[in-house]
Amino acid sequence: MGEVIVITSGKGGVGKTTTTANLGVALAQLGLKTCLVDADIGLRNLDVVLGLENRIVYDLVDVVEGFCRLKQALIRDKRLDGLSLLPAAQTKDKTAVTPEQMRTVTDELRQEFDYILVDSPAGIEQGFRNAIAGADRALIVATPEVASVRDADRIIGLLEAAEIPPARLIVNRLRPGMVRKGDMMSVDDIVDILAIDLIGVVPEDEQIVVTTNRGEPAAMSRESRAGESYRSIARRVRGEEVPFAEMDEPTGFFGRLRRIFGQA
Amino acid sequence: MLNFFGRSQSRDVAKNRLRNVLAHDRADTSPEFMEHLRDDVMRIVSEYVEVGGQGVDLQLQSVEDHVALVANIPVKQLRRRGRPGNN
Repeated sequence: MGEVIVITSGKGGVGKTTTTANLGVALAQLGLKTCLVDADIGLRNLDVVLGLENRIVYDLVDVVEGFCRLKQALIRDKRLDGLSLLPAAQTKDKTAVTPEQMRTVTDELRQEFDYILVDSPAGIEQGFRNAIAGADRALIVATPEVASVRDADRIIGLLEAAEIPPARLIVNRLRPGMVRKGDMMSVDDIVDILAIDLIGVVPEDEQIVVTTNRGEPAAMSRESRAGESYRSIARRVRGEEVPFAEMDEPTGFFGRLRRIFGQA
Repeated sequence: MLNFFGRSQSRDVAKNRLRNVLAHDRADTSPEFMEHLRDDVMRIVSEYVEVGGQGVDLQLQSVEDHVALVANIPVKQLRRRGRPGNN
């Protein structure tokens, strides 16, 4: 029986979809059958981040409305064994699916997959309600900014109220250099304020822009620092103890040298 | 911490603003929170003083860069020996 994990944040633009795509890739690389569900109906995005936009035939709403079977709507990623996508509808809106229908879909996916990652839309309205409906646990994505952490706190409260077990936090787009200079909140600051467990830290990485342009998630390549973080998070998701890498940017000659040799 | 120009670092400013805003958010989004807090505070306080009935006021206030829990509790009289039943 697979596990359903919702990826959410409250605030938009903090990297939920990028996180979902990369975590999905990283889990599939570990040999785990993984299905990504785009719950952002009307604003479909996960397909383009994954580079699967040209292969969509049916979507989540088609499944719910009975136009096709669930299996027909699933897109298998040909680049990576074990990774599938259930795309959102682009023409409908959030009310096209109810939380009960969402639960039915994720429960069916459990039979087939080890992990089902649900990419939640921003906000706390029905799209969010749908996304969390079938979830066993939640991962919260926050960037080191006041607005993002504030929204994350609200989401944590709503998840508690929905009796979804304590969420774990992904701090995204951290800039260690700025933290050192006192110009950005640190991971500890955020963890301290939100009082939840950390599952990963993803550094700001220009490669994310490049890989997203190409529709090839960063976790697919070995060169991206962010991709490395996602691989660590994937292992923690499945229960491994993975030490948190020092997020300091290498400086100076030896630092650069270390980085060149891939140890940074 | 202050930076070179004597301004506090934006990291600390962000942290304080967040603590502040979250205190209010958490109190606002959970109406029972303030109610429970008021009930518990009153239960303890009335062990020491006789509370003057009406006009108990308990609220979160922003004071400069932090949040304060401010209580205004009218007192009828102090109890003679602190916690009753303690002697």
